[in-house]
Amino acid sequence: MELKTLIEVSIAAAIKSGILIGVLLTSFAYMTLAERKVVAWMQVRIGPNRVGPFGFFQPVADGIKLFLKEELIPAEADRVLFILAPIITVIPALVILAVVPFGPAVDICLPATLSIPFEWGACYKVPLAVSDVNVGILFITSIASIAVYGIVLAGWSSNNKYALLGGMRSSAQMVSYEISMGLAMVGPVLVAGSMSLQRITLSQEKLWNVVTQPIGAIVFLLAILAEVNRAPFDMPEAEQELTAGYHTEYSGMKFALFFMAEYIKMVAVSAIATALFFGGYLGPFLNDVPSWLAGILGVIYFSAKTIFFLFCMLWIRATLPRLRYDQLMRFGWKVMLPLALASIAITAVFMAIAG
Amino acid sequence: MTLDLIIFLVLATIAVLAALAMLLSDNAIYSALFLILNFAVVSVFYLMLNAPFIAMVQVTVYAGAIMVLFLFVIMLLGADKLRQPQTDIPWQQPLAILLGLVLLGVAAFAIVSRGSVSAPLPLSDQMISAFGSPFELGKLLFTTYLFPFEVTSFLLLVAMIGAIVLTKEEKAKLLPRRPTKT
Repeated sequence: MELKTLIEVSIAAAIKSGILIGVLLTSFAYMTLAERKVVAWMQVRIGPNRVGPFGFFQPVADGIKLFLKEELIPAEADRVLFILAPIITVIPALVILAVVPFGPAVDICLPATLSIPFEWGACYKVPLAVSDVNVGILFITSIASIAVYGIVLAGWSSNNKYALLGGMRSSAQMVSYEISMGLAMVGPVLVAGSMSLQRITLSQEKLWNVVTQPIGAIVFLLAILAEVNRAPFDMPEAEQELTAGYHTEYSGMKFALFFMAEYIKMVAVSAIATALFFGGYLGPFLNDVPSWLAGILGVIYFSAKTIFFLFCMLWIRATLPRLRYDQLMRFGWKVMLPLALASIAITAVFMAIAG
Repeated sequence: MTLDLIIFLVLATIAVLAALAMLLSDNAIYSALFLILNFAVVSVFYLMLNAPFIAMVQVTVYAGAIMVLFLFVIMLLGADKLRQPQTDIPWQQPLAILLGLVLLGVAAFAIVSRGSVSAPLPLSDQMISAFGSPFELGKLLFTTYLFPFEVTSFLLLVAMIGAIVLTKEEKAKLLPRRPTKT
């Protein structure tokens, strides 16, 4: 690759990554508020309303509080892994969205004053995704499989039996549901004939995948709930049984990192569900408007769909009780896995007939 | 070319250091983690060689699934107990050294003889872009290499069924004991 294009590509990737991480961190802050507000609303409470209008600055107050808390490390804990575990948990959550397209490619023309290393006043066709690789789906599964480590290591390094049990449960749970999740992702790949999420999104121009593969979509939506350890699959942090599960011994900012990872993962899996089964950034009028407006519209459609799934996650949390651990495992292996396989088989047969 | 070389040297250093650290570490958990780091670096090598499919599979299967199970077992057994090497089998160490040398010899032979290829591989931009892409790989697996592919999947199926059968047998043995306990 030529050095100039290499520099251009790296700068574009750096800008896009920066924007993506900024958006994810902001959405983490407001997801915590949204969760408290929505759950309060569903339980006929008021929720946080003291800091700013409607509690709008509550995340800031929470952040300051967590910064000022004392950070404890248990005496018998494995210090290196204890500090490393929250970091290992957060990074996959931030990285996983790199292959998801948020909107159609837009034409961006640089102002003539901005020169190095770009051309003066040059126009670029910028895809609204950090990267569009031809193994996008595999990238998601590989990052999801790495995400288990943070929780397992946190549980082990705390030297606390509840934390260890929480870590063990989560690793078993995430590994089990990863299989159903991965198999459910095969359907959209079959339809699109590609593992690139851009191609998968575009293949849904006429009909969303959720219409053609309802079983696959349902399996995927349930599996991602288990992957991010949300209710009713929040076994690793079942308060009644395990105190707080894998993060029992964590305090201050290290605890906040686990918290952050959970919410960012929620955003990430919702976005992936949107791209795979619900048409991604596609929506009405995209082809009728100029490129820049299509870009904005695409991002709006994508965010709206993602926010809908995030709301559903909060809704489910406020509604459903937690499953028992054996029920969770039985459900994962005996219901989800066969359903996912059936969905693949049906889709494959239809694709073969349709040619 | 030089940029590739610099990246390769940095990655190779990390890979070798991770492998050494895995061998020399006292704690089995740390050994497993260094092995994961090693796998991750190897997957970056695959990426550099234009084989994104194998790179991602390497992370998913080895660094992800298999090592999680390793960690799981190590944690359940208690990592501290594994610090003293077991010397129950007297011929284990010499045999391990011998087999290690054999492996080294095979690797050296492969490098010296370059397999069966006499000339360097033909490299064109087209071949590089198609090489290792999931599309090309899938096509090859289901046409040219269909038989080995099916045999491999059959072997994996046998292993899976074997694992299930083993757990079933354990349960059957446990059941008759119950009345004696009460």
